[in-house]
Amino acid sequence: MIEIHDLTLDIHGTGILHDVSLTIGAAEVFGLVGESGSGKSMTALAMMRLLPEGARASGQILLNDTNLLALSEAEMCDLRGREIGMIFQEPMTALNPVRTIGDQVAETLLVHGRASRKEALVIAAEKLARVGLPPEDVPLDRYPHELSGGQRQRVSIALAIALRPRLLIADEPTTALDVTTQAQILALLKGLVAEEGMSLLLITHDLAVVAGMADHVAVMQNGKIVEQAPTEQLFTQMKQPYTRQLFEASHHQPDRRVTARSEPLLSVENAQRNYRLPGISLFGKTPVFQAVKDVSFTICKGESLGLVGESGCGKSTLSRAILGLEPLQGGRIVMDGKEVQAGVHMPAELRRKMQVVFQDPYGSFDPRWKVSDLIGEPFHLLEAPPQNREERICEALENVGMPIDCGDRYIHEFSGGQRQRIAIARALVLHPELVILDEAVSALDVSIRAQILDLLADLQARLDLAYLFISHDLNVVKAITDRVLVMKAGEIVEAGTTQQVFDAPQHPYTRTLLKAAPQIPRAWRKEHHA
Amino acid sequence: MTRFLAMRLLSLTLSLVAASVVIFAVIEVIPGDPAAYMLGLNADPDAVAALRDELGLNGSVLSRYLHWIGGALQGDFGQSYTYRVPVSELILQRTQVSGPLAIYALLLSVLIAFPVGIIAASRRGKPADYGIMAATQLGIAVPNFWFAMLLVLVFAVKLHWVSAGGFPGWDGGLFTGLKALTLPAIALALPQASILARVLRSSLLDTLHQDYIRTARAKGLSRRQTLMRHALRNGLIPVLTILGLQFSFLLAGAIIIENVFFLPGLGRLIFQAITQRDLIVVESVVMLLVFAVILVNFTVDIAYAIADPRLRRHR
Repeated sequence: MIEIHDLTLDIHGTGILHDVSLTIGAAEVFGLVGESGSGKSMTALAMMRLLPEGARASGQILLNDTNLLALSEAEMCDLRGREIGMIFQEPMTALNPVRTIGDQVAETLLVHGRASRKEALVIAAEKLARVGLPPEDVPLDRYPHELSGGQRQRVSIALAIALRPRLLIADEPTTALDVTTQAQILALLKGLVAEEGMSLLLITHDLAVVAGMADHVAVMQNGKIVEQAPTEQLFTQMKQPYTRQLFEASHHQPDRRVTARSEPLLSVENAQRNYRLPGISLFGKTPVFQAVKDVSFTICKGESLGLVGESGCGKSTLSRAILGLEPLQGGRIVMDGKEVQAGVHMPAELRRKMQVVFQDPYGSFDPRWKVSDLIGEPFHLLEAPPQNREERICEALENVGMPIDCGDRYIHEFSGGQRQRIAIARALVLHPELVILDEAVSALDVSIRAQILDLLADLQARLDLAYLFISHDLNVVKAITDRVLVMKAGEIVEAGTTQQVFDAPQHPYTRTLLKAAPQIPRAWRKEHHA
Repeated sequence: MTRFLAMRLLSLTLSLVAASVVIFAVIEVIPGDPAAYMLGLNADPDAVAALRDELGLNGSVLSRYLHWIGGALQGDFGQSYTYRVPVSELILQRTQVSGPLAIYALLLSVLIAFPVGIIAASRRGKPADYGIMAATQLGIAVPNFWFAMLLVLVFAVKLHWVSAGGFPGWDGGLFTGLKALTLPAIALALPQASILARVLRSSLLDTLHQDYIRTARAKGLSRRQTLMRHALRNGLIPVLTILGLQFSFLLAGAIIIENVFFLPGLGRLIFQAITQRDLIVVESVVMLLVFAVILVNFTVDIAYAIADPRLRRHR
């Protein structure tokens, strides 16, 4: 139905795509897999002719024998949304914040002159109901900010399919979503393909997602398609080394040595954190939201503890409370015998013992500081800066496998994976006892993620660190932790050793989470391990 | 939305009370005798005493404040010492010039800035954009009184289209009044329009990089449709902020332009009142201007909420 022949693309002279060819059949799900920068999104944008400025594409993109690359902009406007619909990764920003959802879905029909305003709103209501947002639950006059991420992604899907396009392009449609929401959205997309008879180009970095969805898979690397085949064949044969490498990285298991001792390092006792909800009532109680309800646990020295849960379950609030950045309304947090209290000045000695690595390797550094200054900043927690400041910084860099001469450079010169190493170096420079890793590998590609997991396992063994590893990604938690806590709506619903929790989950919520996580079928996996 | 409005109204009232206290304190309570100040250094003590009596300076601070506010609420601002007429009458006359002038200038500024800003944003990096950026740079840099004089030279002195200055009043009809205000309004509007157009342009360019613009394009909207239907309303917030500031400025800050065109406006009134030490007029006009500024800010807040549903809080 759509055929791409020898698509080559450069942007301002830099080669982005090289001779990309693929064919998507009618009512077929085509998975396009690769790491960030491999050119998968650019392939999709080329099909939509929505490439950035300075892009030059050659080759052919045939939609029912019409070469899209030869169409005028006006012809493309007529075709976009009608023949090809597209949804994007970030549901939070993909919708216009100042217009209602009904209006935005109806616009697809209006802009193509397919309905009057009144009719368009009726169809919009139908489409929204089809994607799981019936008007009685989510009225058309809601604004995007009043919806959750999953609901917004449903709106994006509704507006992309409003005109029943022949091809829907979904660019990482579930990457920003929780596992359970991801499962729902994937099921929705699959249902739409079957019902509406449209084709789906599913772009993702996650092999497990395509394994469960796609009929056909292509693997991309550096702007080239390295391998493509029917899904089962691709997974069972894996002719190309890169495919195998991706596959192995996606369920990488670092070599871990158990370093946990029975000495408690951090203990959280009945922690409770309430937020006042907006709204003033002069009389009566102010409404509160309990982000963390009566949570207790202990981390021992050298132990790696996982904390899993969906976004909004309170895991980040809890981690901020441990770091002394959020006051508690009840309970207490004791680190190495000293109580952590937010609001009062935290003794430098206490703060020195716990450090944190955040998710976003781009936003968590000051772009105007040199790397050596970034890493050396925690030294202000010491009474006097160490005599061997430079040496300590070099040691931290060496620990995370970065060349020591990178201290003179600035953060924008580094890739995402390198930045995350630098963030870890910054956390290590004071020789902490506990490192809180808040979604620290979630933004990374699978192969980089595998390397960082190896690094973390190695550091833990060498430096006797305890980790609190917070993530929504169950595979990662499984790979790097000794024990795991499952959090839901502010409460710990299950706790146990990692093996116990993953092999024999007790709580229904844990089971839901584990079931929702996409998996590559066992039968396909075996052939490689053998 | 109702709660939002109520909160804004409450904050408006509180701001007004605070402002009135500050103005009253600065002028009447801070050390130094207003009556002595108004009459100058060599005043006769009896005259000062008489004026003190007339000004009601002999009561307590609180009763004087309440008297002033109470009067002001009923439209009685007292009697001007130099003009010997009620201040309310003076203000009313002058507002008839300043109010329309400010609105006129603001409308012109918006009418110029919006098309210009939109054209520049949609033709980013092209000659039209460069031309507009250069012209607006010039518009900001050239002092408005100098530009006003140029306008007078061309349209009044050479072409005789309008008179060089003065205001005939509104009795001669709307057209005559507006005609007299046209050159001053243009002189006032031009720098404002230049600033506004540049703010609009950069705000639009920011918005055009947002993800939802890409979504709109993927639906099949053309560039122009995307700009008008999706970018414009999102790019409006910073523009509204500037617009509010500009209106406040236009109302009171037109002194120089009023002088160039011999317009009997509020700016000139307050300027004259200050030089003549007529504190009663100063106090009342300042209060009026503060009231106008706070009212404009209130309107801008409401406009924010209309433009951006996220600011309306919860339903």
